[in-house]
Amino acid sequence: MKLKTLMAAGAALAFGASVANAATLDDVKAKGYIDCGVTTGLAGFAAPDDQGNWTGFDVDFCRAMSAAVFGDPDKVKYTPTTGKTRFTALQSGEVDVLARNTTWTLSRDVDLGFEFVGVNYYDGQGFMIRKDLGVTSAKQLDGASVCIQTGTTTELNLADFFRANDMSFTPVVVEDSAEARQNYDQGACDVYTTDRSGLAAQRAVLQDPDAHMVLPEIISKEPLGPLVRHGDNQWGDIARWTLNALITAEELGITADNAASMTESNNPEIRRILGSEGDLGGMLGLEADWALNALTAVGNYGEIFDRHIGPNTPIGLDRGLNALYNEGGILYSPPFR
Amino acid sequence: MSDLAYNKTERHEDLPPPASEVGVFGWLRHNFFSTWYNSIGTLVVLYLFYLMVPATLDWVLFSAVWDATSNQDCRFEGAGACWGFIDARLNLFWYGFYDIENYWRPSLVGLMLLVFAVPVLFEKIPAKLVGGVTGVFGLGWAVWAFGGLGQVASLNLPVTIGLLAFIGLITAGVFLRSPRSVCAIAIVGVFPWVSVSLLYGPVNVESLQSGLGIAVYAILFLAGGGFGYWSSKRLDALGAFLGYLVAYFVAVIVFLSWGFGLTIQPTNTFGGLMLTLVLATVAIGVSLPLGIILALGRRADNMPAVQMLCIGFIELVRAVPLITILFMAQFMLPLFLPEGVNFDNVVRALVGVSLFASAYMAEVVRGGLQAIPKGQFEAAESLGLNYFLKMRLIVLPQALKIVIPGIVSTFIGLFKDTSLVSIIGLMDLLLIAKSSVTDSKWLGLEHEAYFFIALVYFVFCFGMSRYSIYLEGKLHTGHKR
Repeated sequence: MKLKTLMAAGAALAFGASVANAATLDDVKAKGYIDCGVTTGLAGFAAPDDQGNWTGFDVDFCRAMSAAVFGDPDKVKYTPTTGKTRFTALQSGEVDVLARNTTWTLSRDVDLGFEFVGVNYYDGQGFMIRKDLGVTSAKQLDGASVCIQTGTTTELNLADFFRANDMSFTPVVVEDSAEARQNYDQGACDVYTTDRSGLAAQRAVLQDPDAHMVLPEIISKEPLGPLVRHGDNQWGDIARWTLNALITAEELGITADNAASMTESNNPEIRRILGSEGDLGGMLGLEADWALNALTAVGNYGEIFDRHIGPNTPIGLDRGLNALYNEGGILYSPPFR
Repeated sequence: MSDLAYNKTERHEDLPPPASEVGVFGWLRHNFFSTWYNSIGTLVVLYLFYLMVPATLDWVLFSAVWDATSNQDCRFEGAGACWGFIDARLNLFWYGFYDIENYWRPSLVGLMLLVFAVPVLFEKIPAKLVGGVTGVFGLGWAVWAFGGLGQVASLNLPVTIGLLAFIGLITAGVFLRSPRSVCAIAIVGVFPWVSVSLLYGPVNVESLQSGLGIAVYAILFLAGGGFGYWSSKRLDALGAFLGYLVAYFVAVIVFLSWGFGLTIQPTNTFGGLMLTLVLATVAIGVSLPLGIILALGRRADNMPAVQMLCIGFIELVRAVPLITILFMAQFMLPLFLPEGVNFDNVVRALVGVSLFASAYMAEVVRGGLQAIPKGQFEAAESLGLNYFLKMRLIVLPQALKIVIPGIVSTFIGLFKDTSLVSIIGLMDLLLIAKSSVTDSKWLGLEHEAYFFIALVYFVFCFGMSRYSIYLEGKLHTGHKR
């Protein structure tokens, strides 16, 4: 123990590292920014733009949190994490929140000691295929050759699916998405499988996107969401309710443009969210206008979706499961009360 | 009757060689079609060239799109490479996420490295040429940094004065009689710390925050300097060295904590070529001296403890892949440290890469040491040289000369190995390229990104390789026949 303390002191001395307290919110306020773990680049979800600013669907969640805590969406330090480094980064306190396309599973939630604050995108593994092959369902893929990335759960899901349906397939194993796309485009495999959000991005850059389709079957559940460390419930609450505020705002029709004027709305729930009534912000340890700031900065869930991955972007994803519960999807936020 | 002479008295002029032996044809015949199997080989290679070269050139140059605002501009029939993509993101490729108003800082570090390194690396370059080039570059840089980007406004007075004084010192050093040794001292003793300050900013040294700490540092500085001076008066080289070393490190720490008073530029904004160069330069700079020490330690038969340590380190590090060491630094270190205490990501990678390179360097150097005949050691000893002088003057110059190819190929390998840090999430040149093609605007341009960074890597590695050839030529004093 003594040695550890000494090492810590030495480290702090030598590298100016800060020693974190238990309360992440105090920590974050003291250092003046949120450390947000993002991917090293995933189309539509997080990628640096030409000026080197991180943009994307996941990035906007970090910006919303920053706006909720500081009233300013730009007080975020983005730490790019790979699939291998993401969990250590969160465990060791290097990042405060991980908004990085991470599938919510029991072992990650319980065994790794994390707290998933919700789901911001319901993904699932799908198949892309040439339209002229005339296949309309994944059940007709018996004997197909399938392009698949190595070392991912997609490989296991695929094997499970084909075995469960008593079919066979020939795997064409590739290293990354660029290689997979090239193989698929040149006909080295009949089918390309990965998460549907990834398929959409890859389809957009095929030589003739309209000649390809994504089959309707989803063979795995991939609820992607932001996560924080176990043990700091206040910080987890802030993350959870920031996400819920974005979803509820879409339900109630609050947008980035009208949020400021909606504070005078007659709807009591809108007034509670935006802080003109009640003390929801205070309960979270934030200012009363926390959600107002977040919504003004990034807009509601639907706006974020449309801006980065919606039908009018190169990614071109439909809302699908990610529509609100009253519009055919399964997005459902607990009430703000 | 006329005299008929059948004997030719004057020498006939040399006939030209047969047409098939000279000129282009002769050269072709000798080099490409000398035998039937060489002819077949030539034809096969020519056919491969025919298949590849026009298509490549067409893609790279003739059909390339030089001006694009998104990948849609490059998606038409027959479009080649989309260089507009690289052009739009060039800053990202060079500097990563570094603040644009601070681009002058890494640029200045690069410039300094050039100015210091060129006279050290190349013997025959006249000081005036170096000085002149430095002057022009320095002036250009000053205009760009201070004028073009409005730096005067954002830099405070002491920073400006400090930097200008520093540039003045460099120029003065270059114009001195012996620029090589000045530059060599500068590159070892000054450049590293100045680079840290410029690239990162003031380092937070907590022990300098309190009056007590300052007093301790002041006492250490005075005591070290005094002891060094006293020892040098008594001709005690070791004492003088140690004394001055203490004083030097105190000065370095104080300087680091001042750091020109610049704003801090966090290491997570380092990226692109700049991060690659930082990693490679530090690893190269650390691995050569550390490798020499390890190699000497491994051969120190009279010091078993030191020897075992060196052997243990070298064998342990060489027995695991670099990526494992990086993972260890990334994952295990945080678990050993208390929660919340973090070494900087980039520092962790630097330490990992440097240690890894040192182990390999040690073995390369040891190869050189073993090639030196025992007679050289004995001759040095018979001259009365002690261990350090023997190594410094007799053994190492010969040993290192022999292993230049090995050293440089370790450097080249190291330069390319730095791309492994992309796996632990550092945005080096490779990862910048990878993440650039995930921008929705530029989806699907992997080929351009990879081609471009391949070119960058090639320029640096080929440059190192050419330099090694130059160095071998310069130093071949006997062992080559």
